[in-house]
Amino acid sequence: MAITPPSQRIWWHKPIDRIEALWVGIALVWCLVLFFWMPYWHLFGKQNLSNESYKTSPAAFEAKVQAMVEKHKVRTETSGDIPVVAPPPGSDVYMLGRTWEWYPILELKKGQSYRLHLSSVDWQHGFSIQPVNINLQILPGYETVVTLTPTQTGEFGVVCNEYCGVGHHTMLGKIYVKE
Amino acid sequence: MSDQADPPQGDQDEVPFMQKLLDNPFQLLALGLITPTIFYLIWGLAEVVGIPMAP
Amino acid sequence: MADTLFRQCPRSGLFFHRTGESLMKAHAVFAVVFFLIGGIFGLLVMLTRMPSVHLLDAETFYMALSIHGTDILIFWIIFFEVAVLYFASSTLLRVRPAAPALGWLGFILMVVGSIMTTLTFLRGNSSVMFTSYVPMPAEPTFYLGLILFAVGALVGCFLFLATLVIAKREKTYDGSIPLVTFGALTACIIAILSILFGAVILIPTFLWSVGLIPEVDPLVYRTIWWGLGHSSQQINVSAQVAIWYAIAAIVFGATPMSEKVSRTAFLLYILFLQLASAHHLLVDPGIGSSWKVFNTSYAMYLAVLASMVHGLTVPGSIEVAQRRKGYTNGLFEWLRKAPWDNPVFSGMFLSLIIFGFLGGITGVIMGTEQINLIIHNTIFVPGHFHATVAVGTTLAFMAITYFLIPVLFQRELILPKLAKWQPYLFAGGMTMLVIFMLGAGTLGVPRRHWDVSFSDALMQYQYAGTAITMLGMAGLGGILAAVGGGAYVLIAVGSLVFGRRLDQNATLLASFGVPLKPGSYTLVRPERLGMTPAEAEGAVSHAAPGTFTLALVFLATFVVYFFINAKYLSSLWHMS
Repeated sequence: MAITPPSQRIWWHKPIDRIEALWVGIALVWCLVLFFWMPYWHLFGKQNLSNESYKTSPAAFEAKVQAMVEKHKVRTETSGDIPVVAPPPGSDVYMLGRTWEWYPILELKKGQSYRLHLSSVDWQHGFSIQPVNINLQILPGYETVVTLTPTQTGEFGVVCNEYCGVGHHTMLGKIYVKE
Repeated sequence: MSDQADPPQGDQDEVPFMQKLLDNPFQLLALGLITPTIFYLIWGLAEVVGIPMAP
Repeated sequence: MADTLFRQCPRSGLFFHRTGESLMKAHAVFAVVFFLIGGIFGLLVMLTRMPSVHLLDAETFYMALSIHGTDILIFWIIFFEVAVLYFASSTLLRVRPAAPALGWLGFILMVVGSIMTTLTFLRGNSSVMFTSYVPMPAEPTFYLGLILFAVGALVGCFLFLATLVIAKREKTYDGSIPLVTFGALTACIIAILSILFGAVILIPTFLWSVGLIPEVDPLVYRTIWWGLGHSSQQINVSAQVAIWYAIAAIVFGATPMSEKVSRTAFLLYILFLQLASAHHLLVDPGIGSSWKVFNTSYAMYLAVLASMVHGLTVPGSIEVAQRRKGYTNGLFEWLRKAPWDNPVFSGMFLSLIIFGFLGGITGVIMGTEQINLIIHNTIFVPGHFHATVAVGTTLAFMAITYFLIPVLFQRELILPKLAKWQPYLFAGGMTMLVIFMLGAGTLGVPRRHWDVSFSDALMQYQYAGTAITMLGMAGLGGILAAVGGGAYVLIAVGSLVFGRRLDQNATLLASFGVPLKPGSYTLVRPERLGMTPAEAEGAVSHAAPGTFTLALVFLATFVVYFFINAKYLSSLWHMS
């Protein structure tokens, strides 16, 4: 029994039951499929992270965001006068997380690629594009770069899905995607 | 459960290497500490330390 | 020698050492206390996330969530696991526990630490969640409490190892330790690793909180902290699998199908399970994909292989034992005629099935590097770990509690009818909670979020109506599970206080760790365990075709659900 010592002194040589061995074999094959699916998706899938990142500081990142906002601002929205920025396709685009907003609002073009830079200036935040459901962890002091190509048009919410204080539930942002 | 009778064992038979390993808690502890420390922790921290400064 | 005082339980034949027994009881009682506290806060969290109730204000909600996470994931589980370590060493090996005075010291450290951390949460300035990600600060006593608790648990782990040494030296067993003790050893090794990782990051974070260190890097914190946060949950996996094997032996007299296969599977846990701490860092900046793929896959999913092996061998050994007793008709007579109204068995079997189908499958899928993009930080994540920890581990602990109340505490269970239904109630409620959390998470609903209708936000976003409905349904499941959890506490505590004494000396104080009267123990070291296997090992051969069929159903579910998620991933915006 499992609560008593094995009855044999040497149990290692005891033959394994056929069904048990077969299951180990089947399970191992499935484990290998699961494993090799990941490199396969790196080669053939369209949703991968480059893991390109940099160490940065809140001030340095804010300066980059502000430079982009000044250059490509098209209008402001909401009572908070949040700028809407329409950067040219292929360019470096910035969004920063802070308590409690994703700043600024971006206006992108469908089918075009953008180098999206993300960072936080205070706590950790969760960058979550909805309803597309792309989720990234954003840390203060680190700049994440993702080459993003929207494949749908419309208005998308950016939710914060990492707890960031009592106003966490008010932390939202927005991305427009146009034809 | 096997159909065959269990292989005969004498008291003098050498205990196989793997069984000896599994019977030794401290070797297992060492393996259990070393493996994640190398593959997860040291490799992971090396990646973090290697992140360049933003241009 | 005054140290070798044993009593034999007349109902199970198990032997309990005087001090080992007291340590077991004390740890188990505190486990249940923290289960109660953590559970109440869990219910409050769920009642707030139900859109139609939305009970607490935001600040209290995040405090409640922090308490729920820490008290359940750490305190309930680890207190119980240290009790399991004493059981698997002192009782199963019929040996005195090593250095009992140190054991009590460890226990006191755990009590002081857990109370300190919980009280710090209640002061309201440390609602940093179980994960306490820097740079968001908590009060120093939060970290200090965790450190004290961890040191206490570490003492318990080393005493377990020391007890193994004593048992070997005093030759209280022949050959190898029992498989259940081996599973407990696996849990113990993982616990030591977790605590060491925890020390490496929590001590600097504590020093940072008192101003002695200028900062703690958030990515370094996450990397090391998850070595604690995730590995600590792998202690549960090992402990619960050990309990599955124990219950299979206790209820059915089942013998492991193969010591070699089961122990090798535990070895795979020891080596690779902890690498999966990487699951939490898959969408973090700056860590390369080679590291992510290797670690998230537990080195090519070898630890998943181990779980799939246990998933076959535990019910397989039950099937073999049942077939020997004559339940040989068809594929499933052995299972149909199992003692479904015995909560020791039903709790264990539901734990195994739900852990595998809901917890295991979702865990592997969300731990796939790219698929994590659609799951990270959504409510899918707590959906997954409620299947593993709340059903898998907690239900296994509940099941063994029903065995321990008469055997260890020498009390008759009160409310036996309720006890019969309790595992179904808890598992049913939790399963409902889990399924709807997984569903809402698939629709992008975040975890740790007070209000997904974003009521007073500048910008707005509206979740699909289905997602909101699912949160409501999850809440109903949570309430059901809370009733089941409450029933467990009622039966467990009620039996200790009001249950009929099965032994003259089983006083109320004895229920809480004070040793029984001296007359209960003998100075004679017991010769052997008073339990016998279903039949002599290797006598008649029976295979386990029913279990194999169940395993194939499991595999098919796994494959289908994996590729559904891969398809979902492929519909996302392109990223490189």
